[in-house]
Amino acid sequence: MPSASTPDTVLDEASVIAVRDVTRSYRVGERAEGVHALRGVSFDVRPGEFVAIVGPSGSGKSTLLNLLGALDRPTTGTVHIDGSDVAGLSDTRLARLRNLQIGFVFQQFHLLARTSALDNVALPLIYAGVGRRARAEQARAALEAVGLGHRVDHHPTELSGGEQQRVAIARAVVTDPRILLADEPTGNLDTATGNDVMGLLERLNAERGAALVVITHDMEVAARAPRQIRLRDGRVERERRESPA
Amino acid sequence: MSFRESVRVALTAIRANRLRSGLTVLGVVIGVMSVVLLVAVGSGARAVVTAGVEDLGSNLLLVAPGTFEFGQAPTRSQFTLGDVEDLSRQLGERARVAGSIASGERVRSDTGAAFTSVIGVTADFTDVVNRPIARGEFLNESDIATARRVAVLGASAADGLFGGIDPIARQITVGGLRYRVIGTVEPLGSALGVDRDSQVYIPLTAAQRLFGIRTIDTLFVRGADRADLDGVAETVEQVLGERFGSDEFSILSQDEILGVAGRILDTLTLVLAAIAGISLLVGGIGVSNIMLVSVSERTREIGLRKALGARTPEITRQFLVEAIVLCGIGGLLGAATGIGLSYVADRFTPVPAQVTGWSVALAFGVSVAVGVIFGVFPARRAGRLDPVTALRRE
Repeated sequence: MPSASTPDTVLDEASVIAVRDVTRSYRVGERAEGVHALRGVSFDVRPGEFVAIVGPSGSGKSTLLNLLGALDRPTTGTVHIDGSDVAGLSDTRLARLRNLQIGFVFQQFHLLARTSALDNVALPLIYAGVGRRARAEQARAALEAVGLGHRVDHHPTELSGGEQQRVAIARAVVTDPRILLADEPTGNLDTATGNDVMGLLERLNAERGAALVVITHDMEVAARAPRQIRLRDGRVERERRESPA
Repeated sequence: MSFRESVRVALTAIRANRLRSGLTVLGVVIGVMSVVLLVAVGSGARAVVTAGVEDLGSNLLLVAPGTFEFGQAPTRSQFTLGDVEDLSRQLGERARVAGSIASGERVRSDTGAAFTSVIGVTADFTDVVNRPIARGEFLNESDIATARRVAVLGASAADGLFGGIDPIARQITVGGLRYRVIGTVEPLGSALGVDRDSQVYIPLTAAQRLFGIRTIDTLFVRGADRADLDGVAETVEQVLGERFGSDEFSILSQDEILGVAGRILDTLTLVLAAIAGISLLVGGIGVSNIMLVSVSERTREIGLRKALGARTPEITRQFLVEAIVLCGIGGLLGAATGIGLSYVADRFTPVPAQVTGWSVALAFGVSVAVGVIFGVFPARRAGRLDPVTALRRE
């Protein structure tokens, strides 16, 4: 667990993600004036919460995902993940944060080809410094948790889309992170399989207590979340909670 | 990620791209093989020359006309038999002196004929220049003094002229004159490109008459004691210096003969190694090329690994280890092929080849170094990839 010792920590002790007045602009070509992907966004995500971030393309969803995933740093404002200010962390600390506290699920699954499901799931554990035998054990357990205990030796090409996404989900939870970040997790799946995958994510969210942030433009998927944050033109347009907090 | 883990990941990647890896390795294999093989050929040539010079016998000084340098046309000799006698007298017990003149002549017998090297020599030639007698005897002082028409045959000359028949006491004809064969020399093989076995020896005086000259080409001086060899050389220089200018003759020790030839061959070896080195360099650039392709093909994989917590140095190390492993495999295969080919060349072709340990070690070391040097650039590029852009890449 991180780091009550990190110097500038903790805005809100209860938040696993705290975003404050975040802007992010990109330089395009030689123009001094950049593109403003985010123009001042603030919100918190509490441990175990399930939040959907929705918005049309170009609204800044992906930029926000990168910031929440500690893959990128804000231009101004602060992003605290699990108590640490992302801007103040070295690349190495960021990598460690991603490794241990964040589980990514991508639209395109991003599994390594020619690599078994087991080795794919074990990949984050390599970077966590877990020994080979322990890796295999934990990866197997994660695959069992997503219902693929019988598919451990299969390569991605031998699996259906839904199964591939479940391998990716197993990989996301294998380090037991505090945050699950899913980027259009059902985008490449048919409706029924997409529902299964969402069901699996919700179950893991409930069972493991990891906050689940789903970024999507699919309103049906978004509707499953008790809380939705709608982005438009780099700002939070609207926030909606189904059950009062 | 531990180093072992990096190697494992690298091996997996290499195995996953067999054809591409194989072609990359091939470049390094050829480079390393060339270095080992060409250096072996260079060393083989040097070994042949060294053996040839040593074959002349130890403690030997060669006195040749003119200065012994490259770019210097051969000088017409002014030495005479008198010089041989003078030197002999002055040196006494300290050294023995022999002289020779040589010319290509047609030699006939009743049963055969050959165009071969006919050498007029003094009686001490057999001992000074190391021509052990197989049968009969060598030319003696009185043969020289009287220019007697007798001959001693090299092993293959005897064979060529007489076949299986014992040549002793038989006749050969050189330049229309008949000579009686009185001995044969043990087979010696060739030295410095000269086939010593095909030579025919006749008295120096008879040869001078045959060739119509009064001079001697070369003087040979064999010191009795190695420690005194410099002293002997000094005496030779004094004696001859009274008659000739210092640029009209030169005294060469075995080391000096070897020195010149050795320097040429060392240079040759270096040049060969350099040429081979270039092919190794090209192989290295090939590795770099493939690694760059590999990095760009695997951009998404790199992005993913970073998202999953790989640090920049871990990605860099993975690709660097991959390059080093490729080059290492290439180096091992190349060294093995080079050693094998050197052996085959030495055994089954006229090309002498002698594998040297340093060239194998150097070539292997260089190939691994090539892996490091040419792997660093693509590996750093892989490490620096921004995970956000890398993941987005199709």
